[in-house]
Amino acid sequence: MITIKNIHKYYRKLHALKGIDLTFEAGDRCIALIGPNACGKTTLIKCILNLVTPTKGEVMISGRNANHDPRTRELIGFMPQSANFPKNLSVENTFRLIRSVRPEINDTDDELYHSFHLDRISTKTMGTLSGGTVQKVSAALAFMFHPQIVILDEPFAGLDPLASGILKEKILKEKEKGKLILITSHVISELDHLASHVIFMEEGRILFYKSVGLLLEDTGEHTITGAIMKILTQTEYE
Amino acid sequence: MNNIARIIFFDILKSKITFVYFIVLALVSWISFLLEESLSKGLLTVTYIVLFSVPLMALLYSTIYIYNSKEFITLLLSQPIKRGKLWSSLYAGVSTSLCMAFLLGAGIPILIYSFNGTGFLIIAMGVGITLISASIAFLIAVMTDDKSVGIGLSILCWLFFTLLYDAIMMFLLFQFSDYPIDILTVLLLMLNPVDLARLQIMMQLDVSAMLGYSGAVFTHFLGSTFSTILSFIFLIAWIVIPYRISLKIFGKKDIA
Repeated sequence: MITIKNIHKYYRKLHALKGIDLTFEAGDRCIALIGPNACGKTTLIKCILNLVTPTKGEVMISGRNANHDPRTRELIGFMPQSANFPKNLSVENTFRLIRSVRPEINDTDDELYHSFHLDRISTKTMGTLSGGTVQKVSAALAFMFHPQIVILDEPFAGLDPLASGILKEKILKEKEKGKLILITSHVISELDHLASHVIFMEEGRILFYKSVGLLLEDTGEHTITGAIMKILTQTEYE
Repeated sequence: MNNIARIIFFDILKSKITFVYFIVLALVSWISFLLEESLSKGLLTVTYIVLFSVPLMALLYSTIYIYNSKEFITLLLSQPIKRGKLWSSLYAGVSTSLCMAFLLGAGIPILIYSFNGTGFLIIAMGVGITLISASIAFLIAVMTDDKSVGIGLSILCWLFFTLLYDAIMMFLLFQFSDYPIDILTVLLLMLNPVDLARLQIMMQLDVSAMLGYSGAVFTHFLGSTFSTILSFIFLIAWIVIPYRISLKIFGKKDIA
């Protein structure tokens, strides 16, 4: 579904992505993208969304080049790391604005809108909302158009335990429907029951891309957290 | 106008700054018509005020608006929308609302006092200068990521076109007055949109004393019909070229 071919990205002199090759197949996958700060996770995601143009290489989504064809983003729902919305827009109007970009879709997924009780604050402007509430709006928008691919960048940061639980439920549900879910997080324990595959990135490179089963088998651990910790300490000693 | 442009248009119309802009333009225009004893003097005063204040407002406001819309831009770009379409919607929204404030503020008194070719020409030049300034502002905003640098640049740009340019030109003309520099003068005049707009209005008002040296050379050199056509072409180029360059840069820009 997504093919990433030898992507390089330079920010002036900073070499942020150093030749990334990845292929994501469609269906029933939740891929966890893990790595230390500034390893290029967000840049990689932005390349998929064409918010950032790769210096070299290309991203193909369902046979279309993400760099040239805005239709590739019809397939993607995106929840950014720190969502910023126009401050004067009310919650209601924010949803209306995004809907107006794609008038052809009548059947929107409003499940999160209701389970996060966003209808109760629909007249408040985005500037007055707390960080966690903004995250809720952002999450609800990501799932709104029933996207085939859902990209979540640090989705649980700032969410209270209840909201986190609701979002996790939603992610699992969508995963079972055969969606491709790409998720990044610093807190690996949050991904324990969600992820089916793990990508580990470091300094702009992919260290490994494995299924969770294989990862646990290789390391002899029971959780992703344990496995990652083991790998990290091993590489530290080498 | 498409959906996004409409949202931006109403968003700007609701803001206090555009309202203040409208009030100031209206006050100044009405006062200059009421206080000056003759109509042509009133028109002249309004022309000077328009050519001085409109570029400042349009440049500064458009630059600041683009920087403040960063979130809006990022949000929409993660949707299936073409970058070119978003940029043109932004331009349409910003420039239409600025033109609207100008038309309501200065346009109404001008048309009431002078419902003829001159009145329409002043309004057309005001709209033209608004479009040019917005276009330059978009180029500045897309080229510099730092908000304060961008705002500084747009103020510099305004200073340059309204004040410094004439001073530099005068200096050059005096320095090289022994040489045949008519063509150079005309060329220099063409490169400043504010001068071009002023020249257009002065020619229409037929106040040759106000034309200045460059204006006199200009009309003498090209004849009034041809020079009118030529300056319109240059004014349109001033709208189109900076906008096209900004569009091209925006198409490849990394959205942080």
